[in-house]
Amino acid sequence: MTETRYTKDHEWVRLDGAVATVGVTDHAQEALGDVVFVELPKPGREVADGEACAVVESVKAASDVYAPLAGRVTETNEAVVDDPALVNRAAHGDGWFFRMELTDPAGFAALMDEAAYKALVDSL
Amino acid sequence: MAEPVLNIEADPPDALRTTPLDALHRRLGARMVPFAGYSLPVQYGPGVLAEHLHTRSSASLFDVSHMGQFTLSGDGAAAALESLTPGDFQALAPGRQRYTLLLNDIGGILDDLMVANYGDRLMIVVNASRKDADAHHIAQGLPPGLSFDQHPDRALLALQGPAAAGVMERLCPAAAALPFMGVTEAPVGGIAAWISRSGYTGEDGFEISVLATEAEALATHLLAEPGVLPAGLGARDSLRLEAGLCLYGTDIDELTTPVEADLAWTVGKRRRAEGGFAGATVVLDQLKTGPHRLRVGLRPTGKAPARAKTPIVSTDGTAAGDVTSGGFSPTLGAPIAMGYVRRDVSAPGTELQLLVRENILPAQVVPLPFVPHRFVKA
Repeated sequence: MTETRYTKDHEWVRLDGAVATVGVTDHAQEALGDVVFVELPKPGREVADGEACAVVESVKAASDVYAPLAGRVTETNEAVVDDPALVNRAAHGDGWFFRMELTDPAGFAALMDEAAYKALVDSL
Repeated sequence: MAEPVLNIEADPPDALRTTPLDALHRRLGARMVPFAGYSLPVQYGPGVLAEHLHTRSSASLFDVSHMGQFTLSGDGAAAALESLTPGDFQALAPGRQRYTLLLNDIGGILDDLMVANYGDRLMIVVNASRKDADAHHIAQGLPPGLSFDQHPDRALLALQGPAAAGVMERLCPAAAALPFMGVTEAPVGGIAAWISRSGYTGEDGFEISVLATEAEALATHLLAEPGVLPAGLGARDSLRLEAGLCLYGTDIDELTTPVEADLAWTVGKRRRAEGGFAGATVVLDQLKTGPHRLRVGLRPTGKAPARAKTPIVSTDGTAAGDVTSGGFSPTLGAPIAMGYVRRDVSAPGTELQLLVRENILPAQVVPLPFVPHRFVKA
């Protein structure tokens, strides 16, 4: 079964077995505005917890996207590279960024659940 | 996601100043951000991309009331201004406006500004971030007997885009008849205004100064016209970058000269011969011998934007300069940038490289503007 959790950096993480899918939240895409460029990590790259490993740029500004946990990148979503506006249209779906195999899947439980993330967004 | 998102989202602290259109912006659903000490709209509902493209295809209304508005009058006002700037203001006819620069003694740019001759006075429009410093600098540089005033009681609205002229034909025929960089004093929809045919987008357009108390009435009037939508600072920045126009503090500052900034055209012919303005020694010498570096346009190959401070390297691997403004051009659908490079690699067509994160991106020097200006023809 899959579950979605969130980071303070406005990313969502969906865990399926030991593989996590990562994207930016709807709040993040809304704050960014029109996304015009996405750069993704190379599959196979080992990333540390919190390491900047992707970039999302709007007309206004560039922002880093961080690895939510330590692991190895297994797959990237070339659809958002070809059509960056997909991040605005479907942040939580087809607009995902990359998949990674977690070094320690148990760490996933320490991320925010939906209620905690909603509370964070409401506090901004 | 990194900090900028949070910065964009954060509500401005109370200490920020507001413009006379603050309540209107909020009613229109603007996202407000701090800019030069003011709370200003960065975008409205449609977003930066849509507002940018709408300005190029129709017309947008920008609130630029944060900018400083000064007037200078009295015998010898133009001559006095000439000691501070390289422009020929004694030849500036009534009804005409000119872009100029305030220079320091070593030719560095203290601000870029517009000076208009309204017959009985010169009107000066300066950047918000430089308003206080400029007022002090100008006042210090004036001989006695002139009258120099700041106008915090006035608002400034910019109507920009190909549909702007039609709007003004309906609301202010005298303004619609102005040539590019012409100015006049006339009512707009019944509201007394100082109007110039100019702007910061590369499009035909008007900048309209009115009393702050009448700003909302004017804005409401203009927004009721067909084809006019509000646009924020986000679109203003991407539009001016496409038009190859400098942003003070980013592309030009006290460490750049008019010649390096490719603004040598602001140095009047008579001023080149006579000198006699702040920084003249350095500026006139650079005009003769050429500057060491020059502001140029850059087109990165590929899709990654190169933002300000991106290092520029020549193909032989030596440092060539830095990007000062960079982003995505909505009109071209591609990244564009401006920056300073060594003179030997500044010619259009020169291949350079941009160091964006760990990537080396090829780029080419191109002429400015990126998108042709469409100012009204005389």
